[in-house]
Amino acid sequence: MSSRIDRRFAATRAEGRPALVTFLMSGDPDTETSLAIVKALPAAGADLIELGMPFSDPMADGPSIQLSGQRALRAGQTLKKTLAMVRAFREEDDETPIILMGYYNPIYSWGNESFLDDAREAGVDGLIIVDLPPEADDELCIPAMSRGINFIRLAAPTTDDRRLPAVLANTSGFVYYVSILGVTGSAAPDTTKVAEAVTRIKRHTILPVAVGFGVRTAEQAAAIGRTADGVVVGSALVNAVRDSLDADGRATEQTVPAVSALVAELAAGVRAARAEAAE
Amino acid sequence: MTALPNTMRGGPDDRGFFGLYGGRFVAETLMPLILELEAAYEAAKADPAYRAELDSLNTHYAGRPSPLYFAERLTEELGGARVYFKRDELNHTGSHKINNCLGQILLARRMGKTRIIAETGAGQHGVATATVAARFGLPCVVYMGATDVERQKPNVFRMRLLGAEIVPVTAGAGTLKDAMNEALRDWVTNVEDTYYLIGTAAGPHPYPEMVRDFQSVIGAEAREQMLDTEGRLPDAIVACIGGGSNAIGLFHPFLDDKDVAIYGIEAGGHGLDVENGHAASMTGGRPGVLHGNRTYLLQDDDGQILEGHSISAGLDYPGVGPEHSWLRDTGRVTYVPATDREALDAFQMLTRLEGIIPALEPAHALAHVIKLAPQMDKDQIILMNLCGRGDKDVFTVASALGMDI
Repeated sequence: MSSRIDRRFAATRAEGRPALVTFLMSGDPDTETSLAIVKALPAAGADLIELGMPFSDPMADGPSIQLSGQRALRAGQTLKKTLAMVRAFREEDDETPIILMGYYNPIYSWGNESFLDDAREAGVDGLIIVDLPPEADDELCIPAMSRGINFIRLAAPTTDDRRLPAVLANTSGFVYYVSILGVTGSAAPDTTKVAEAVTRIKRHTILPVAVGFGVRTAEQAAAIGRTADGVVVGSALVNAVRDSLDADGRATEQTVPAVSALVAELAAGVRAARAEAAE
Repeated sequence: MTALPNTMRGGPDDRGFFGLYGGRFVAETLMPLILELEAAYEAAKADPAYRAELDSLNTHYAGRPSPLYFAERLTEELGGARVYFKRDELNHTGSHKINNCLGQILLARRMGKTRIIAETGAGQHGVATATVAARFGLPCVVYMGATDVERQKPNVFRMRLLGAEIVPVTAGAGTLKDAMNEALRDWVTNVEDTYYLIGTAAGPHPYPEMVRDFQSVIGAEAREQMLDTEGRLPDAIVACIGGGSNAIGLFHPFLDDKDVAIYGIEAGGHGLDVENGHAASMTGGRPGVLHGNRTYLLQDDDGQILEGHSISAGLDYPGVGPEHSWLRDTGRVTYVPATDREALDAFQMLTRLEGIIPALEPAHALAHVIKLAPQMDKDQIILMNLCGRGDKDVFTVASALGMDI
């Protein structure tokens, strides 16, 4: 079964370049501005959209994404509003994949089956749930797959060759390689090590491998994109949101353009990735 | 409710579940470490040398066994059941927390880990961790909510004296759950050399089982001491519940004694009807997933975790160990709240009647004993875990009573 995610990676592969995967927190700094930011992403050069579902206790996130989630929650964001944003986005764009990323409890609280039905209906293509390892596949991963929603698994530097098959078993869409030991946005990844890891993962799967956690600049995106099929940028983008806000933390007319401008830079980076390598 | 199993002491299953609760809900980076920890713990349990070293430290360093004490004047005052205390507040470091820390630090050493991290609420677990880290010469970082750093100054100072680095956590409300988030972030960043010494019977499997096993020394000793002293088991046992480590330690050896009624006392704070004003996750929450396990949690309609409130920094965790959630649903243990006010009254009563200043945490358990004892016959017996001493709480109590010190 071909999904929006499959089709998008096939397209970027055909173009001979890695995909740019952008992460932003839904509802940051408020639902309306957040939707405007997301709507502007494809034109700015984002190939896939990861939309964070804010959670009170983001254990795998560094300060940038923690604060972004807090801004969203303070502005009243809920999982229901996040799905409404996806629905609104889908009215105008039926091609760009949307992946919801976050933690399990808000979904569990909603009710797994009914959440998956609603997410599918809203136009969600994939889920990345940080605190659901393969040992918990019966919780959400299997029911998501049965509805045609891709369940994208994180692989980490600690995921060795022995464990990798278990991690990849029920993964679909793509594999998300966590490029560093640490929380999101903490350290710059070592591109040589990342390339080795991507090669190692590709020995086990035909799925595209995207790399994230710590990628901030167009140069880093280009370097990682030489081997990876996708580059995920998150903390740098939510920092662009933060830096555009007024003294009271409200959106300004700079908010949407600031994010779009950074996405455009990163998009140029991934487009240069293989071109530079070929020179 | 399904039929109860033949033994209530068999959990967790091999995936770390107690019925619906428990499990291993952690990021992939941590998963290999959790599996390694589980294997290391299984190996240690089977090693007589490990057991012998722990027993020796319990005896000569922590001061075990702790006494079983008949509270004569309190019993007289309440006019009902005979009240006994398991005196775990007399342990080295002043609470039951040392029982678990000794077990885990020996495990960390077996695993070749060279750096210890911990979270702490009231600071009792932080002090116990800093203590064993000093004893074994390992560097120690303790994450503590900034609010708790402020209200538990004596313990913060003790930890610093013991050589630990205290990291105040300002995220969220700056209490125990935020400290635990930050400790998990540290662990995910320093997986190679770091051992995360969790203090309560929660977190991903195998922590709830491991902490319970180390704390079960409380119940095992108390059961034997009670048989020696009274020639029979108590009619009721009572312990306070934050994450629930002292309680599961007392309860577990009694779970199959069907005639022993078991009560877990949650922090009722300002009262269960006050929104965000209590920390009674089982009487006022619903099942969810946080910090690596499924359990009862205080949460809003959107599944966001609430902060919880208690006068006792050791009880204001919005979750509870998963085995307690299972014991609640099976009906084996009765969980009830006690308010800040009731705990303060109990604190003062015990101090005046028995010359024992309890920590505010077991003062909650005592608040229930005060309600329960008069309803029972004089030949009946209540056993309560007096899991910590109150020195750390004198500033909090003074301020609650409007006194200057």
